[in-house]
Amino acid sequence: MNADTIAINPFAATDLERRKGRRLSRNKWLMFGFCAVLVLPLLGILVDIFVKAAPVLSLDYLWANPENKGKAGGIWAPLVGSFYLVIGSLLFVAPVGILAGIYLNEYAREGWINRTIGITVTSLAGVPSIVHGLFGLGAFVLVMLPALSKGTGVRWEAGLLTASLTIAVMNLPVVITSTREALGAVPQSFREACWNLGATRWQTIRTIVLPNSFSGILTGIILVVSRAAGETAPILFTGVTFFKFVADSGWAKLFPYTPGEPFMAMSMHLNIISNQISRMPESMKYGSAAVLIALILVVNSFAIALRVWLRARKRW
Amino acid sequence: MHSTLHPEDTKNGRAAGIQSRPHSHSSMLNGDPHIEFRGVSAFYGSKQVLKNISFGVSRNSVIGIIGPANSGKTTLLKTINRTLDFVGGAKFTGDVLVGGDSVQAMSDPNQLRRRIGMVFPLPVGLPLTIWENVAFAPRRQGITDKARLDEIVERCLRQSVLWDEVKDRLEMLGTRLSGGQQQRLTLARALSLSPEILCLDEFSIAIDPVTTMRIEDVLKELRKTMTIVLVTNLVQQARRLADNVLFLWRGEIIELSSTEVVFSDAPKDRRTYDYVNGIFG
Repeated sequence: MNADTIAINPFAATDLERRKGRRLSRNKWLMFGFCAVLVLPLLGILVDIFVKAAPVLSLDYLWANPENKGKAGGIWAPLVGSFYLVIGSLLFVAPVGILAGIYLNEYAREGWINRTIGITVTSLAGVPSIVHGLFGLGAFVLVMLPALSKGTGVRWEAGLLTASLTIAVMNLPVVITSTREALGAVPQSFREACWNLGATRWQTIRTIVLPNSFSGILTGIILVVSRAAGETAPILFTGVTFFKFVADSGWAKLFPYTPGEPFMAMSMHLNIISNQISRMPESMKYGSAAVLIALILVVNSFAIALRVWLRARKRW
Repeated sequence: MHSTLHPEDTKNGRAAGIQSRPHSHSSMLNGDPHIEFRGVSAFYGSKQVLKNISFGVSRNSVIGIIGPANSGKTTLLKTINRTLDFVGGAKFTGDVLVGGDSVQAMSDPNQLRRRIGMVFPLPVGLPLTIWENVAFAPRRQGITDKARLDEIVERCLRQSVLWDEVKDRLEMLGTRLSGGQQQRLTLARALSLSPEILCLDEFSIAIDPVTTMRIEDVLKELRKTMTIVLVTNLVQQARRLADNVLFLWRGEIIELSSTEVVFSDAPKDRRTYDYVNGIFG
């Protein structure tokens, strides 16, 4: 670098600046590379599964019941079982989780009790799902069901009720945490403005806080749906079975399980046909996996779309 | 140091300047303060921000509270309607009597808050329409009649000098208004329950001077039916509106005198003179 070049272009980069620029761009590509490492396997798995599942995927496959231990037919019985499992667990987890989140965020005073509950909730989120399954076995199947059978005079077996409760307990921390976060995103000044007007806490929550945190709460709920549909371990001892006869037509096909008897579920079905049954056609295994993954993807995309839509309507 | 302000002081102080206050005269003579601070000390954690404050405010009078930042003005307001409860780690001792009722002893402070309109310096438009913002508190009180609510909304928006600007777009979100407009919306909301006491904390910082003067005219009307506590950094605003002025400094009352005395050449305390004339330091 001599005086002439400087005279021609006074803005020319110095060596130091050039080195810095190269380092920046190298770092940027490095980080992009790590992101790609995350995304590529996922894409690979999806493509692999859907390509191998392609031969069986059809509406008929969804609508028909499994035949011959799942080697033929469709997946209607486990699919509808997973559906009711999701609905059943939401019936428990949504009200309990949302109300707990509201209490912790809006009513509980800062202090050791609140902090302890917070830590408990976080720890509960880290408990392995098989432990939740054993808890469900102990608490719901072995203790609650006998009491229920005695009380109603009808024999209750492990089934949708106990499995839903177990899944609900597993998902509780997620719903509580997402509810707290959604409520926490509503500015405190809104609450104080309401309190200054003599509105009670509940009036403030009902009219201002909840309507403006609805999207976040809903997103949390939707995200636990996919977890409820995908987990095998929690329902393993609490009501799921590999085979249960399901009618091929009529109302009984739409409502095949009572809450007090074993039911079929997608995650269990996939688990068994993948490694317990000999001479299972590959396409049937991949077909079940594809349906399960598609289900979860659809639910998650719905959650994302909903969040985007509600955020666009944000009122402040 | 300063005991309850004597009604005579108030009367003598402003008698020459004000003729248009029919009620105030008699209510002052009965000597029964509308708001009475009795040895109020306030703390944020271990930090004391109000030190044994005692004074009274006569019914339908305007008291101006002046003083530099951090002197406890806002905290003082928050003790009147017990919104200090909402500040983590804050508490106050002593008592405030509102119309003779002890606020410390009240089991339902929400009832107290409905009697007191509060406007804080940062405007907060609730994420509702303009109409819903103003109708918010009356509706929570169980008023559902649309015509009656319309009436309240219009009255309050007129009183806060916002009506002309928003009357054609009451369905617009209150949060979309400009800062000054939101401030007036906050004022309208504070008036929506027809409070007996109106506390204004720097209500005009975001509002242009012309509109401020129009609101001040409204306040002069309002004090026929309300007692007004006006916290302001604009000492001239206190001079224009207040009957009595309280100079608060580091949590203590330096002076409480009639406005005439405070703005005269010889207030009771030298520091008041310095502060009012901008040579405080």
